[in-house]
Amino acid sequence: MSDVLLSVRDMVVDFPTRHGLLRAVDHVSFDLSRGEVLGLVGESGAGKSITGAAIIGLIEPPGHISGGTVHLDGSRIDNLGMEEMRRIRGKRVGMVFQDPLTSLNPLYTIAKQLIQTIRTHLDLTEKQARARAIGLLEEVGIPAADKRIDDYPHQFSGGMRQRVVIALALCAGPELIIADEPTTALDVSVQSQIIDVLKRMCAEHGTAVILITHDMGVIAEAADRVAVLYSGRIAEIGPVREVIKQAKHPYTKGLMRSIPTLTQTNDRLTQIPGTMPRITDRPEGCAFAPRCGHVMDICRSQQPATRSVGNCEVACHLETEGGAS
Amino acid sequence: MIAFVIRRIIQSIIVIMVVGLVAFVMFRFVGDPVNQMVGLETSIADRELLREQLGLNQPLIVQYWHFISNAAQGDFGTSYQYRRPVSEILGERLPATLELALVSAIFAIAAGIPMGVYTALYRDSVLSNIFLTVSLIGISLPSFLVGILLIFIFSVHLQWLPSFGRGEVVDLGWWSTGLLTATGLKAIILPAITLGLFQMTLIMRLVRSEMMEVLRTDFVKFAKARGLKTRVVHFGHALKNTMIPVITITGLQFGSIIAFAIITETVFQWPGSGLLFLQAVQNVDVPIMAAYLLMIAFLFVLINLIVDVLYVVVDPRIRLEGS
Ligand SMILES: Nc1ncnc2c1ncn2[C@@H]1O[C@H](COP(=O)(O)OP(=O)(O)OP(=O)(O)O)[C@@H](O)[C@H]1O
Ligand SMILES: [Mg+2]
Repeated sequence: MSDVLLSVRDMVVDFPTRHGLLRAVDHVSFDLSRGEVLGLVGESGAGKSITGAAIIGLIEPPGHISGGTVHLDGSRIDNLGMEEMRRIRGKRVGMVFQDPLTSLNPLYTIAKQLIQTIRTHLDLTEKQARARAIGLLEEVGIPAADKRIDDYPHQFSGGMRQRVVIALALCAGPELIIADEPTTALDVSVQSQIIDVLKRMCAEHGTAVILITHDMGVIAEAADRVAVLYSGRIAEIGPVREVIKQAKHPYTKGLMRSIPTLTQTNDRLTQIPGTMPRITDRPEGCAFAPRCGHVMDICRSQQPATRSVGNCEVACHLETEGGAS
Repeated sequence: MIAFVIRRIIQSIIVIMVVGLVAFVMFRFVGDPVNQMVGLETSIADRELLREQLGLNQPLIVQYWHFISNAAQGDFGTSYQYRRPVSEILGERLPATLELALVSAIFAIAAGIPMGVYTALYRDSVLSNIFLTVSLIGISLPSFLVGILLIFIFSVHLQWLPSFGRGEVVDLGWWSTGLLTATGLKAIILPAITLGLFQMTLIMRLVRSEMMEVLRTDFVKFAKARGLKTRVVHFGHALKNTMIPVITITGLQFGSIIAFAIITETVFQWPGSGLLFLQAVQNVDVPIMAAYLLMIAFLFVLINLIVDVLYVVVDPRIRLEGS
């Protein structure tokens, strides 16, 4: 058993559209160790959700993975058949979606949804599955779990529902959870609670997490490493501390400056000028070049390769050229 | 829940009273009831006597009240054509109509739901396209044409099924059924298809669009992401969530099936209440017309009520709010 749980190499996801191929994810590579929390950040449309969906094999046709590989614990999973992939989903890779209000089937009690999921993957009796479900609900912090389990989703608050969703994602004991903006739809006051629950549950069960979010605060609090996605490509990936303190890619720097911090005295946050190019008209060369303050000639013609700089990997010509930071 | 049902029942009664008013106006003012009942040689004095006996000189509101309270007790007066109580005649004809409507509805549901699910799940398959084309025909062809077409193919050409009548009927005392004899079963096939085709198409298209909608929802995606079996996701999670609109439409359509049975019953000479109504119209047999109108209204209201209660059974959100 190697230490690397998930290995994504040069993954490409395309959507055929009327206006030609739309490349939502463009040669994305990263590794994830057991129990590690990897943050995935980027602007809306950067390809975060599609990256997550591609790993778990849930890209909606006609979209498809058209290049690269995904290995889970050493065995390749991106080319599996539908039925084999289904067995992996929930059992080895779980998923948490953004909106807890719509993630649960309104017509079934949460007991039914939990027990159904547990018994799909584990060889347990109805009774054993129910006991396991109640245990999980207690772990995620649902009070009086043995009674609340027979309630319907609409009888829970948003925060409580997201706890139920986390319990559902974890109920067959997966090695990896992909959490796609698990707190975006929630009240600010419960956001950090939910992140805490997710973090604690995954630490206790040794589950690795890919945490997709817009919120660098969440990343700083919960993630071990962070990957910054820009227009379908990884701009920079590295340990959270390093990326936050000494970002190397100009886009990441801009992103970090736009985080509100308690110590910051000026009340205006810096914005990165311009907008991310639509993936249909991504420029030749570096996708960030049109917005970059340090743009060089080579940036407009040639895509930067990914280089290791310290513990980070950066895709920027400034690093290759040894240019100023 | 109980309060909800009581409220709905009161609303239903109001609806029936209004329809009753329409029926009463028709009964009272379409032609002169006295003229309908007496011969040409009856004297004016006798006519006035009859008018007095029938209560036609009383204030309209009193007459309306008599009409409604008699109707509530199943007394709709005497048919001009048959010279027998309308309720008796209607009672003889109703089983034929209800059986036809029931078999049509079962056909529409049993064929419409699976076809709708199939066309939603396999959008681009050849069979889906065939279903959709057939459904277009079902929606656009008037039912008398469908009936005549079916008669032409299966009765005239292939000679497999009878083209008219109800076959042999077993009398159960209060109910006469054609569903217990071979000829009765054979006779109901073509009319039931004719009557149910439109509803089948409607249900199929409804299930299809609802199903496609539900398949896009987050909870279906989450169910898939949890690795539930495809069959469970499609039928346990998705289909069940399409049932509310399907129950509504199917329920309401059952009323239309009974009402539209008039045409099918005419094409197939089916001895039901629709055929009776049509003959009543031709002969200006107003008591039968009024009674039929009230009966259809009553059925519609009853079906509405049942549909509302079924919602509560299907959807826990409504069920729990009420308690
Ligand atoms: N079904 C689809 N068909 C065509 N294009 C799609 C489809 N789904 C996503 N895309 C495109 O892929 C790109 C990446 O989408 P994705 O949902 O991964 O963004 P994201 O980073 O998760 O953004 P957000 O923060 O808004 O969730 C988007 O530009 C989007 O237009
Ligand atoms: Mg997203």
